[in-house]
Amino acid sequence: MTKRSTAALLLASAASIALMNTSAFAQAGRDYIYIVGSSTVYPFATVVAERFGRGSQFKTPKVESTGSGGGLKLFCDGVGVDYPDVANSSRAIKQSEMDRCSANGVHEIIEVKIGYDGIVVAAAMSSATMSLSRKDLFLALAKQVPGASSGQLVANPYKTWKDVNPTLPARAIEVLGPPPTSGTRDAFAELALEAGCQEIDWIAALKSSDSERFLTICHTVREDGVFVEAGENDNLIVQKLEANPSALGIFGFSFLDQNADKVKGEPIDGIAPSFDAIADGSYPVSRPLYFYVKKAHVDVIPGLRGYLREFTSDRAWGEFGYLSDRGLIPLPDEERSQVAAAVADLSPMSAAKN
Amino acid sequence: MTRSKNVSRQKVEAGLKQRRRRERWFQMLGLLATTIGVVFLLVFFSTLISKGSSAFMQTHIMLDVEYSAEIISPDGKPDTVYADYDAIIRNALMEIFPEVTDRRERRDLQRMVSIGAGYQMRAVIERDPSLIGTRQSIVVPAAANVDMVVKGNIDRDIDENLRPVSDRQLAWIDRLDAEGKLVTQFNTALFTNGDSREPELAGIRGALMGSLYMLVVTIVLAFPVGAAAAVYLEEFAPRNRWSDLIEVNINNLAAVPSIVFGLLALAVFINWMSLPRSAPLVGGLALSLLTLPVIIIASRAAIKSVPPSIREAALGVGASKMQVVFHHVLPLALPGMLTGAIIGMSRALGESAPLLMIGMVAFIVDVPAGFTDPATALPVQIYLWADSPERAFAERTSAAIIVLLGFLLLMNLTAVILRKRVERKW
Repeated sequence: MTKRSTAALLLASAASIALMNTSAFAQAGRDYIYIVGSSTVYPFATVVAERFGRGSQFKTPKVESTGSGGGLKLFCDGVGVDYPDVANSSRAIKQSEMDRCSANGVHEIIEVKIGYDGIVVAAAMSSATMSLSRKDLFLALAKQVPGASSGQLVANPYKTWKDVNPTLPARAIEVLGPPPTSGTRDAFAELALEAGCQEIDWIAALKSSDSERFLTICHTVREDGVFVEAGENDNLIVQKLEANPSALGIFGFSFLDQNADKVKGEPIDGIAPSFDAIADGSYPVSRPLYFYVKKAHVDVIPGLRGYLREFTSDRAWGEFGYLSDRGLIPLPDEERSQVAAAVADLSPMSAAKN
Repeated sequence: MTRSKNVSRQKVEAGLKQRRRRERWFQMLGLLATTIGVVFLLVFFSTLISKGSSAFMQTHIMLDVEYSAEIISPDGKPDTVYADYDAIIRNALMEIFPEVTDRRERRDLQRMVSIGAGYQMRAVIERDPSLIGTRQSIVVPAAANVDMVVKGNIDRDIDENLRPVSDRQLAWIDRLDAEGKLVTQFNTALFTNGDSREPELAGIRGALMGSLYMLVVTIVLAFPVGAAAAVYLEEFAPRNRWSDLIEVNINNLAAVPSIVFGLLALAVFINWMSLPRSAPLVGGLALSLLTLPVIIIASRAAIKSVPPSIREAALGVGASKMQVVFHHVLPLALPGMLTGAIIGMSRALGESAPLLMIGMVAFIVDVPAGFTDPATALPVQIYLWADSPERAFAERTSAAIIVLLGFLLLMNLTAVILRKRVERKW
């Protein structure tokens, strides 16, 4: 008998916990900022969130790492305490996402460009430096490369860097990189492979005539084991490079910055990835980072205005701010003060982008 | 007769050598398999401990600070919001290194102390405002890079540009060390703090509490429901096509990849019932779905192993079906059911995939104080730290794994002790 009543009691308490919490939450607002989005922006957003939380009377914002696309999807689901206030993104918001946002009642969105991130091709400290061009990278990594005659494609036959470009050493091509789900991979395909691909005239001509084929040729990475998908964990790539000096690895600049004693960034088109080269735009493989804020949530969610101020303060994103210690490449001074002013005024981006 | 006996004996003896050889082979293979397993386990544990044990100690810097009234209470009463508590640390550092006057050098100097030091000052004053105006000798955490140099994880001999610590800072570290101001203490922050992006301030308390809340929800829901289902299916349900179908489904459910339960939880609990994202309540609900089949299967096996003679004897002296179950079968099956439940719990503790879908893979600094506060869980914390670029997080990742393993060991130990205590022999 006692056992039965205990079981009944447990069930009843479980049910009441569940019910109590639902009703309590449905009525209550949210007293913390809710941020979602890109795993590239995550290391920067979390630092700002933590400093903001510790330094202010507000709770520390919650930052979810969902990827840019996933984050903007959640962001555009609606307005209200159940939906995120801020979406981090390692690319600009797409028109389709803007449309989805406005269909769900998310109208005034403030766009904040926070700085740049470089994508580096790195190798172990012990290996000889190889200066690559973007065309070399495309020829070494594409699934299909141009054949003998114009318009002809052959399966990528190159085994060593010397095959790709006679001036390079006869080192086997072996590249560790992020999987297709990663924003870093997208950006690498767009900024390095596509740019290298365009240097081949007949493929560049396809861009306007048959853009789908153009993208397939330029963005498809070979699958014969030369390009190794090393997972989302960039630390793992650094470890593998140390163990294998002939391999190259692709990851974000902040990991190079933190591991500069173990790996080095190879120059691309003659420019080595450095803080200054990315900041002044001379390093070719870099992309801007953003976050998006719902204007309707400012002054409704406690602390959101303060978070925006903290992020756009010079001590955070300035040239010598704490974000630059973490590997964020700051915007040029003029652009930074423009963005900061726009954020202070809460001026939203225009509904139809571009 | 004797002849045929001799023949079969000869036959046996002829084959005996081969039989014994086969047996030896089989035993050796078994031994080999066990050895391989043990070696892997040893390699795993030794790398984990060699990498992670250093994280339990943390370098601190001893400073003589002056809680100057000018800084803390410019308007006469202590200001715990806008006062520049970092200035207290800055002044204490300047006293040790009076020759550092250049702005950039000063900035480098201040970076040797964790940014947590200023917040620590604020907490001290909040607790005891009477300290204002006094001088105290206190210990503050060193920045993660200093800690890494002291622990030898940053190579001092390579080119200055390639390491995060400058030559200047190395010289300061050596001087602090020579003056006995560099002390290595047990890393209490690891157990008392929530997550942080500053490795020296990061702790697993938040993740530990998140895991605990989830496990409470899981056990409260999954054990009674699982036990009741097992008792019904084993003792009361008629054997027909329907009960077979249910049985097959439960067995299938136990093998479903855990991410599916996460998707289910996202669709049902968050989107439909609109429970909060990232809450241990939802995590616990998802994990109870995950452990339910495990508990049902283990409980049914435990009930099945109770000898039928006990049931028959009870029925024979006139007990009702329900009295048989509650007075005789359940007490005998309980040890097995509890073991099943705890094994299910350990599995739930190690899960991270379903939590991904319901927003528990997140940066959460505040330690959760309830079932609906945003929280993460231990395996998620390990994943997030493993992915952090800062060098010092590598050892903390290993330390967090050691704590998770300790937690698991504790749970399994509880299972063994519980079983031993309630087990009845017949």
